[in-house]
Amino acid sequence: MEDKETLEKQKINTNGGLTKEQIESQKEVGVSYWSLVKHQFRKNKLAMFSMYIVIFLVFIALTADFLSSSKPLYASYKGETYFPVIKDYLNDIGISKWSPDMINVNWKQLDNENKLESVVWTPVPYGSREIDLKNSLSPPRGDHYLGTDAIGRDLLAGLIHGSRVSLSVGFIAAGIALLIGIALGSMAGYYGGKVDLLVMRFVEIMMTLPTFFLIITIVAIYGSSIWYIMAAIGFTSWTGDAKLIRGEVLKVRNMEYITAANSIGFSGKQIIFRHVIPNAIAPVLVSGAFAIAGAILTEAALSFLGFGVSATTVTWGSLLNEARGASNAWWLAIFPGLMIFIAVVTYNLIGEGLRDALDPRLRD
Amino acid sequence: MSENLLEVKGLKKYFPIKTGLFSKTIGNVKAVDDVSFNIKKGETLGLVGESGCGKTTVGRTILRLVEPTAGDVLFEGKNIAKMDQKELKKYRKEMQIIFQDPYSSLNPRITVGGMLTEILKFHEISEGEKAEKRVEELLERVGLRKIHARRYPHEFSGGQRQRIGIARALSVEPKFIVCDEPVSALDVSIQSQVINLLQDLQKEFGLTYLFISHDLSVVEHISDRVCVMYLGQLVEIAEKTDLYKNPRHPYTQALLSAVPVPDPNNKSKRIILTGDVPSPANVPTGCYFHPRCPKVFADCSSIHPELAGEGGHEQSCLLFPDSYPKNVKAA
Repeated sequence: MEDKETLEKQKINTNGGLTKEQIESQKEVGVSYWSLVKHQFRKNKLAMFSMYIVIFLVFIALTADFLSSSKPLYASYKGETYFPVIKDYLNDIGISKWSPDMINVNWKQLDNENKLESVVWTPVPYGSREIDLKNSLSPPRGDHYLGTDAIGRDLLAGLIHGSRVSLSVGFIAAGIALLIGIALGSMAGYYGGKVDLLVMRFVEIMMTLPTFFLIITIVAIYGSSIWYIMAAIGFTSWTGDAKLIRGEVLKVRNMEYITAANSIGFSGKQIIFRHVIPNAIAPVLVSGAFAIAGAILTEAALSFLGFGVSATTVTWGSLLNEARGASNAWWLAIFPGLMIFIAVVTYNLIGEGLRDALDPRLRD
Repeated sequence: MSENLLEVKGLKKYFPIKTGLFSKTIGNVKAVDDVSFNIKKGETLGLVGESGCGKTTVGRTILRLVEPTAGDVLFEGKNIAKMDQKELKKYRKEMQIIFQDPYSSLNPRITVGGMLTEILKFHEISEGEKAEKRVEELLERVGLRKIHARRYPHEFSGGQRQRIGIARALSVEPKFIVCDEPVSALDVSIQSQVINLLQDLQKEFGLTYLFISHDLSVVEHISDRVCVMYLGQLVEIAEKTDLYKNPRHPYTQALLSAVPVPDPNNKSKRIILTGDVPSPANVPTGCYFHPRCPKVFADCSSIHPELAGEGGHEQSCLLFPDSYPKNVKAA
């Protein structure tokens, strides 16, 4: 028994006789605010799950061409080896060129006629715009996992390629809104007075513009393009961010560390970027996550109405539109709707998780 | 007599009271109303007064953290109050400030080392490895450890944070530091440590302090001379021992009588002031203190006294003939 006790004492002494707090105080690197937030966010299981779903969606969007394509990943034809999907990329960039006789080859026909020595297709062996009139309005079964639309386009391929548009609209529109909102809001809050008056009146004017009708007008005048939609959503939805960050900056600029920075002699720009914005930005990031969800929803609504992207671009909204003409084809309504639902819910859950992680009162 | 490092002449800071749609000014809060004093090189001038009497505003207007409404601040003969921003940047190095609240005076997103190296780089004192070494020196000088440079402010206690605040003020090697209630937010045991640190640093670097506090015993401990402020004006200024032994102004007497004495048999009479401090937006006529003064007499409500007196002990009270304005005769 005694031996055990002395052994334990020795164990404690290996720490140099230091208490836990003393060891704590010797650690080299401090814990930053953001690492505390990260730690707190990780504890929120729902938000973490949503985060994984978003990462998964981003992965799908990035690798869409390798997941779904009308060309095979790998094929061996007449003794030569081809990587048609990769070759397409290189062809687009201009590094390498298809030989003239290969550019319009129908790989599927070659495969059906057993002319390919060996072939590896993408997991979904259809492109998003590949028309197959023989298989129109096919329900989910066999080779069309989620069915097809009225002109025989594969729904799953459409969903995979549509994720690119939906996600990029979300990120870019919310990004534009955040940039404008942070720039104008922090200026208004920090400088106050006339600057504040001007910016806030401008915000009020912008708030009267209905995003939806503005976009419809833009599309009517300039034609439909994904970029117009991103820009229009971004340029109309920054007002909330601006008001939010203005309020935060008003709070932060009265803190003594801002006075301290002034006493050092730092310029206004330096103080805003290094001391004010990092302390005021957190709540705006939360609204940014919600803004992504909002932008995805707006884009889907526009595409559903047919005002959104050009007819050749496939998005979740335009796929949903297909369901209008085929009331029996339930899969055309359910699956794109589900994707929009999942994307919007996950971004909202991430936003909520972020809000909770940033709130010091909810910390334990 | 050593020379004056800082001369404050007729310093005023009025905050306008605005109202309505077009922000019409309907009056002024006279936070600092015609304050003049000198600080000698290497000296500590204490500045005491009630909350809201304008002590902090005096400190901040001297450093141009708040723009003065009128008056001059001469630092080594150069007028700080009339400088443009470019010129002022040079003098930022010479004059620093230590804040009251150690919790809001440090940026929570930047490590202590990051904050200090940023300052060293900005004022072209040192950069890179040299700066890191200087930061370590600074931290050790104020009683912290090298490794604290990599920590964030929330990882420190109040006393440690105040030491970081002192290190920040020292980093630019200033000649003059405004200590704006540097120990008021700390508990008593830490207060004495921080005050001793300030005194050691003063000896080591030949610093000059303006020590603002509402704590009379702290001011007595650290100051060479003391001024007493009431409603934006100085009411008395004197050598420390002179002021504490022989206070002239009734307000100073009342303040000193309120200092607790650690002696159970002490039966000194406390002078209890009636009424509240008047609003600095609507100051009384004559002597600002007359509505609350226990020794008030006829002249007090009509004649505004001036700060004057003999032997470096000045007061602004009509009980002393010196304080009558020159164009008005003593009754």
